[in-house]
Amino acid sequence: MIDTRHIGLQLPVVTFEVEKGRLRFFAEAIGETRPEYLDEEAARAAGYRSLPAPSTFLMGADFDAGTTTTLLETLGVPIERILHGEQSFTYHAPVCAGDVVSVEARISDIYSKKGGALEFIVKDSLIRDAQGKTVVEARGILVVRNPQEQEKSA
Amino acid sequence: MKIPHRDEVSVGQELPPLKLPPITRTTLALFAGASGDHNPVHIDIDFARAAGMPDVFAHGMLSMAYLGRFLTQWAPQTHLRHFSVRFAAITPVGARLTCTGKIAELTEHGNETLARLEIGVIDDKGEVKLAGEALVALA
Repeated sequence: MIDTRHIGLQLPVVTFEVEKGRLRFFAEAIGETRPEYLDEEAARAAGYRSLPAPSTFLMGADFDAGTTTTLLETLGVPIERILHGEQSFTYHAPVCAGDVVSVEARISDIYSKKGGALEFIVKDSLIRDAQGKTVVEARGILVVRNPQEQEKSA
Repeated sequence: MKIPHRDEVSVGQELPPLKLPPITRTTLALFAGASGDHNPVHIDIDFARAAGMPDVFAHGMLSMAYLGRFLTQWAPQTHLRHFSVRFAAITPVGARLTCTGKIAELTEHGNETLARLEIGVIDDKGEVKLAGEALVALA
């Protein structure tokens, strides 16, 4: 079982530079076809400062910084046991190529279901621009599968 | 792009679906690199099998990114206020996904009219892979 004393754990603040090349790579990987995500001129014509970060792109900040890996180590959870349960984003302002954002995340809840066969880790993140203004709020829920617990309770 | 106008939409209206090509191992390799999610369970079949899975499977965030494309082909991203999903089922290699959604409600929030969309990703057998909702500010 994951120790619930980790509820409230603040994760190290991550700084993430939104790179143009990475945005193009992401757009290609998801088969994006809309010109504002692929072409800078089209992005400007659509009112953006530069290529916009797609709606789910900023998840990469935590992955690049190794926050997710460190978190799983801290909680004692093997990576092969996790599934993504839920994800949400609330948007306050666009993020574009050239922006440098910071991500401040905390573990806001840890709970279990089915006699411990499933455990849930809730992570809330605030993504801020260089001026400190919150641009995106994110919440992710990771599910940890503990099949041996299910057998015990069966 | 055109912003959907409150006078031109109605509750129950379906959004144009986004039909995707079958998920390949290449798709997963590219998405791992581009998204930064290098969890080997999505890209290394040996690792996936050792973890008790029959094969690698798609990142949930790949499907959510497709759903993001689906939303921003209907309205500009600057009008997307909220986007949330629940990952309902694993998506295997070869899955043929379609993003769908409809307007569930029109609400006023502050000085904006918002369309609450019920959205989802289904495979060609109709199995729901992701279900969620989005709030889009209308013109």
